[in-house]
Amino acid sequence: MRAKQLSVFIENRQGRLGEVLSVLKENNVNILSLSLADTTEYGLLRLIVNNPELGKEKLSSDGFSTILTDVLVLKISHQSGSLQKLLKILSDEDVNIEYMYGLSIDGEEASVVLKTSDIIKAEEVLNGKGVKTLSAEDISLL
Amino acid sequence: MIWNKAKECMSRDELTSLQSARLVKLVDYVYHNVEFYRKKMQAIGILPSDIKSIEDITKLPFTTKDDLRDNYPFGLFAVPQSEIVRVHASSGTTGKATVVGYTKRDIDIWSECVARCLTMAGVGRNDVLQIAYGYGLFTGGLGAHYGAERIGATVVPMSTGNSKKLTTMMLDFGATAIACTPSYLLHITELLEQEGLIDQVKLKYAICGAEPWTEKMHKDIEERLHVNAHDIYGLSEIMGPGVACDCAFHKGLHVCEDHFYPEILDSNTFKAKKEGETGELVFTTLTKEGLPLIRYRTKDLTSIDYSTCDCGRTSARISRFKGRVDDMLIIRGVNVFPSQVEAALVDVKEVSPHYMMIVDRVNNLDSLEIQVELNPKFYTDEIRVLEALNKKITHVLSQALGLNPKVKLVEPQTLVRSEGKAVHVIDKRKLY
Repeated sequence: MRAKQLSVFIENRQGRLGEVLSVLKENNVNILSLSLADTTEYGLLRLIVNNPELGKEKLSSDGFSTILTDVLVLKISHQSGSLQKLLKILSDEDVNIEYMYGLSIDGEEASVVLKTSDIIKAEEVLNGKGVKTLSAEDISLL
Repeated sequence: MIWNKAKECMSRDELTSLQSARLVKLVDYVYHNVEFYRKKMQAIGILPSDIKSIEDITKLPFTTKDDLRDNYPFGLFAVPQSEIVRVHASSGTTGKATVVGYTKRDIDIWSECVARCLTMAGVGRNDVLQIAYGYGLFTGGLGAHYGAERIGATVVPMSTGNSKKLTTMMLDFGATAIACTPSYLLHITELLEQEGLIDQVKLKYAICGAEPWTEKMHKDIEERLHVNAHDIYGLSEIMGPGVACDCAFHKGLHVCEDHFYPEILDSNTFKAKKEGETGELVFTTLTKEGLPLIRYRTKDLTSIDYSTCDCGRTSARISRFKGRVDDMLIIRGVNVFPSQVEAALVDVKEVSPHYMMIVDRVNNLDSLEIQVELNPKFYTDEIRVLEALNKKITHVLSQALGLNPKVKLVEPQTLVRSEGKAVHVIDKRKLY
């Protein structure tokens, strides 16, 4: 399964991030995780939310540049080396990680969000090795 | 010192007859050698024989930068290409450059004019002159160079781009004069101050041009560098640097009037302005062979003073420039038109055609930021892709403009849309 990530292009100017967040709040879109990548000129806000389609629709109509991207969300155990093991599965198959961030660290397991060079292959490889990739519903239950 | 007393100090009456004779000859010359002018004159029913003296100049049609563009590259040349010994080029209002050509005699007269200007600024054969205008298609470097050789100065052709080498050689060679843009000279001054070398500088004269500068910059340069700073003016269409320069009295720029006939006109009605009134400067090249131009509209705003100067020269003086008729910007000495940015961006599908140019002066160097709106259709969430796009736009724009802008991608729909005439430029430099 794949998850949808909601990305927003944000110019580096005062209050702009806050404006994105208030649009989401007004529409009851709940943020489960986020990553903010920045350059000197602009930032890219990447969000995992409970309702990405609604988030995109509302942000777009408020003039924000948004896009939905397919990403993989994986559970990994809270053990040293488990992430390394997971990434090795991908690198052995020549799949590159473009970016990654943590989603949840509750309980026994943690989860990470992965954007890879070839999502179809990554999903196959991981599922083949018994690694479960979470669906949108799974995520909203985290 | 006056380089050519016979010409620079001739009585106004004598000058007027010389101008008259030259204009009559010029009109006959262009009528028979430049189809563009022949057609233009025929269209308004004017024959060369209708031009009998300089006063008749008002009967003649104007020439604009667009005319040069429409006849790109050599269409307005009055001589066969074999007679042209050099071409220069500057930015046009859109993609195409403005190309100018010179015969051997044109280069000779140009050198004479620059020699007059440099002499006016105090430079003589014993001086070591660093020329830090760009050498190449731009007229600044080679134009100043030939004039400086004409007076026999020791010329150091620095060109632009290496400030460290420039300051090192300035001190090692004991340079006594420098020719460059005023903003670049202030930048050099700052470098010398920072390195504690300013007291070792032997400069006496600075000949600055290619961009407008304020009285404050003039004072700044003179005080911090202990030089006499002179303003040299020119434009490639007319010749290049050396069309006019200010003398030690700094009461306006003496025009080489025996070669370039100036008019100050109202840019809407084209009626002559009175002496001292501000209007558009229009030039007629009285002696040029390669690219003779009749009533060329410079779009520069200035006023004129015909009184004899305290230096003894009788040539008319134009005031420090007061602005432009059009939207041309001069950034680091390069002419930039907003329309060039527009034309270049049309080919970049990832951005919308909306843009904003922000011109500023940081540490005495001009900076140009161009903000462009991302086209929502091409939005991506990969920084690599956005950075690559930024690079691509920077490349496209620097090719089009001849200088490197800083490109900033902004969110769609965020640049100001104006209802009337679009505002595409914010110039924070306050040059006029």
